[in-house]
Parts: sequence; structure tokens; C-alpha cells
Amino acid sequence: MGQIQLNQVSKSFGKVEVIPPLDLTIEDGEFVVFVGPSGCGKSTLLRLIAGLEDVSGGHVLIDGRDATETVPARRGLAMVFQSYALYPHMSVRKNIAFPLRMAGMDKAEQDRRVENAASVLNLTDYLDRRPGQLSGGQRQRVAIGRAIVREPAAFLFDEPLSNLDAALRVGMRLEISELHKRLKTTMIYVTHDQVEAMTMADKIVVLQAGVIEQVGSPLELYQRPRNVFVAGFIGSPKMNLISGAEAAKHDAATIGIRPEHIEISQSEGTWKGTVGVSEHLGSDTFFHVQCNASSEPITVRATGELALHYGAEVWLTPRPEHLHRFDDKGLRIA
Amino acid sequence: MARAVTTRRKALNTAIAWAIGLLIFFPILWIIIMSFKSEGDAIKAPLDVLTSAWTFENYGVVQERSNYSRHFFNSVLLAFGSTLLGLIVAVPAAWAMAFVPSKRTKDILLWMLSTKMLPAVGVLYPIYLLFIQLGLLDSRAGLVIVLMLINLPIIVWMLYTYFREIPGEILEAARMDGANLRKEILYVLTPMAIPGMASTVLLNIILAWNEAFWTLNLTAAKAAPLTAFIASYSSPEGLFYAKLSAASVMAIAPILVMGWFSQKQLVRGLTFGAVK
Repeated sequence: MGQIQLNQVSKSFGKVEVIPPLDLTIEDGEFVVFVGPSGCGKSTLLRLIAGLEDVSGGHVLIDGRDATETVPARRGLAMVFQSYALYPHMSVRKNIAFPLRMAGMDKAEQDRRVENAASVLNLTDYLDRRPGQLSGGQRQRVAIGRAIVREPAAFLFDEPLSNLDAALRVGMRLEISELHKRLKTTMIYVTHDQVEAMTMADKIVVLQAGVIEQVGSPLELYQRPRNVFVAGFIGSPKMNLISGAEAAKHDAATIGIRPEHIEISQSEGTWKGTVGVSEHLGSDTFFHVQCNASSEPITVRATGELALHYGAEVWLTPRPEHLHRFDDKGLRIA
Repeated sequence: MARAVTTRRKALNTAIAWAIGLLIFFPILWIIIMSFKSEGDAIKAPLDVLTSAWTFENYGVVQERSNYSRHFFNSVLLAFGSTLLGLIVAVPAAWAMAFVPSKRTKDILLWMLSTKMLPAVGVLYPIYLLFIQLGLLDSRAGLVIVLMLINLPIIVWMLYTYFREIPGEILEAARMDGANLRKEILYVLTPMAIPGMASTVLLNIILAWNEAFWTLNLTAAKAAPLTAFIASYSSPEGLFYAKLSAASVMAIAPILVMGWFSQKQLVRGLTFGAVK
């Protein structure tokens, strides 16, 4: 079991309220990602769940039990830190066994669990090494191993991949997702990288300034963002947001259209523009087109084969079924 | 050409360093030399001292006249005892200051350090009276406590500096892994801070070993360490330079040897945190 419920949980540091009272329920076995820009309070929220920070108000319930006053060790949660937080003076084996040793588990059972975790995470050959002798990816795996041996009610990940290089990040992302599928344990994952959020999550919680902007599945957030902030934050490259006269034509204060939902043509279309910078990714090309409809360049996603030179005259046509409309408060118009 | 200048400059620097080193070491060297001279020769002009006959006589007399081994044992007990007691008090204190600082932590640290600026003689009278009342005068236990207290600010400061270098996330990880405060300090913090703690221990042992004010004022015979052993050779009838030197050499030799072997650790410890 690993259901986590936050009831009116808030956090203040001195007079500064970083998280106003919020409610959130994370169901057993879910992979939930907290995502938001730096300083939005996502790590603080995770630490409140872990018990590493005391809540200023409200209650944290784990499997229905009030854990607000429970010390971190007794909450039955395991955490993987951004810096790995391995014990540098202990071997990999001792690092992984540490929580079991603290729980007073007998040595044979400790060894069995450590061997098991090591084989799951491909660490068997490194068990007698110190963390300092491992690569970043291996260290992160040790940190995950230390978390899984405890068989916790839920795993908490605090930006675990941000210290890894891009290639390793993709690999570890898959490994963590696979681990979740295999263990079926609740996982709460904090990241500022919306690609990680989209690819890994069952449910995404988008935060800004300590406030939950939207909770939903990755596709829900992508297809029906609740407000301008979520619309701009989810999706890569980000959604084009246009306000002013062009938005007024659609009875909205702001309209949004994703780069992949705009047709680009050299002969005809709705908005006339000039090609600026082109980003060639091979499979796709992103064109940044300056046009009268928007003060900001509009990003358009096209196939990798399309070649348009800087300054070329083009026509853009947004697909009407993918047009998002927002009112003057930034909220979605149904 | 540039290389020649560099080599010449290096040689000059080395010569200057040696000169300064010898200047600092000279008093100790002179004490060692005098300890091997007769009382008559020891008070002669420096050149005559050097050319006069060498003798082991002083060491024999010093050993005969006073009980070196008892003083040595007291010094060891006081230095190690006060250091151990200091660590027991300072580790949790430094932990609290480094990992759960409050608004006043910096003030407390500075206040602790300011007590080191207080002239010791200023508190001699109250402490002396306290020792009489508590029956601690000339007792090893009393001196262990006093030496621990006077060096405590330094131990706390040094440990605080080392602990600050340890990432807080590692201690949080230990907490998540089920360690209570005692286990967190014992299994995670202490092993990680061992290099720093080693230099703190070394420095504190040296300070406690060399401490003379309190050891001379609060002891008579039973708890007297080597500092009192040296002082006993400064008598009203006049100074016995050669014997005083022999006693001094015997008193400083153990700590000098210990310092020599642990100098790397000491220097590393004292400059720890200064350069990242």
C-alpha cells in the first residue's frame, strides 16, 4: 500500500509562505510527477511528504494514517536525492544494506535483499566498491538500490537525474519507469524537466509558486491545459501564445497553438511571415517565424526534409481543432 | 634565462625558509644542547657552552630527584582525558550548530570564542575556591574538566567547520534510512568527519599537554603533570639551567615526536575548509 493524501498542507519559512494550503491525493501504485519552474515549491512539497520539513499547517496522511508528526524513518518512505547522498565511507553493499541494518534485520536477510537489489540494478560487480569509484549513473543506481531494499510504501525522487549527462538521463529514465512497472509501488518524482514528466508520469502535478495549477495525465495536460501557465509549461517546444487582435478574432484574451499543429506553406495560409532561425534535429525542423499575428516569433514544427532559408517568406495555418482559447484571467475557455 | 632566475629565486626562498625555521627552532635546540652540559658550563658564554664537555649527568639527576614517570602519566591522562571528554560534549554541539542552525548560532560561536580572549587569571580565584569546596584541588578529575572546558571552544569551532563541509543531504538520507540522531552521528557523520576529528584531537592533545597556567595553579603533587615537573626546577636558590633544560627536554619530547609524525594531518586539519 502507498496512498498519500495531503489535506490543506501548507509551508512557511518565517513570514514567507512558500506553499499555501493545498489538497492532493496520490493513489497507491501511481507514478506522480511534480513539475514546475525552479523555486515553485515542488521539492519542498516532497520534503513535507518525506518529513524532512515540518508542515506549517494541514495533515499528511499515508495509507489513511496521519503521519504529520511522524519522523522520516517511521513513515515507510524511501527517498532518492539529486546528489545521490551515498555514504562515501561505505562500500556499495553497505550503502544498500544501511536501511536494513538500521531496521535491525538479520544479516542473512540483509545479504539476500542486497544481492537481489544489486542484480535488478546491474550492480552485482560493484558491490565491494566505494561510491567514489563509480560513475554518475552507477551511483544513482546505488541510491535507488538503497531505496528499494526497504520495500517502502512509496518512493520519493528529488530531481534524481539532473546531475547526469543527457544520454545517461534517457537511459535512467527508462530504468526508473521499468522499475515502477515491475514493483508497482507508488512513486513521487520531482523534476523541472517537462520531458521527464511527460514520459514517466501516470499523473502530473504542475506547480507554480506553491500552488497546484493542474493535476492530470500527461495527455490531459497536453491536450486540455487548464490555464496559460500549464499551456506554456507542458510541451516541447512550448506552445505559441498569442494575444491581442488575433486572439480577439477567436473571442479570447489569449490563444495558444502548439508548433506541431501549424501547417507551413510557401504559397498560401492564414498568417504571412518570414523565417528566422531554423533548428534542425534531423527528424524534425523547428522554424521560428516572425509574423504580424504575434509580437513573438511563432515556432513551427515541420518534417526534417523541409528546407527553408533564413528570410524566406512563408504562410502559417493553425489547425482550428487544436486551437486553445484562454480568457483575460488566463483560464481555459471550454 | 627565465629558468635560471626561477632556480636562483627558489634557492633563495629555501634559504630564507630554513633561516626562519632555525630561528624558531633555536630555543629548543639550545635547551637540548644545555641539557647535555654541566651546570657550570651551561651558564658560560654561548661559544664556550658549545665547546665545553658533553654529559648525560643531568638526566640521571632529574630522574633521581623527581618522579618523571608519574608526571608523564598525569600529562597523558590529562591530555587524552580532557580531549575525549571534550569530544563527547563538542560533537553533538557542533552537529547542532552545523546542521540545525538558529538565528543565534553565529553569536553563540563568537561568544564561545570570546571566552578564549579572557585572561585566565581573571577566573583563577573563583575556580580555585570552587575546587577547594568541591574537593577537586590537586585531583586529576578536576584538571581534566578544567582543561576540557578551556579548550572546548576550539574543539567546537574546528568540528563545526568540518561538519559544515559534509552535505546535509547525506544526513537526511540517513534519517530517511531509519537512523535516529545517535546512529546518524555514530554511523554517518563521525566516519565522514574522521580526518577533521583526527586533527582536532591532535591539536587538543598538544594544547592540553602544554597547558601550564591551570596545571600549575590547581595541582600540588598528586595530579601534577610535566609542566609542574619543569617548574619544580626553577627554585628560589637560583636557576639550575642544565637540569631545567634536561627536565624540559624530557617533558616536551613525547609531544614533539607525536607532532612530528602527525604534522601532515595537523596542517591539513588546520587549513581544512580554507581552500576549496
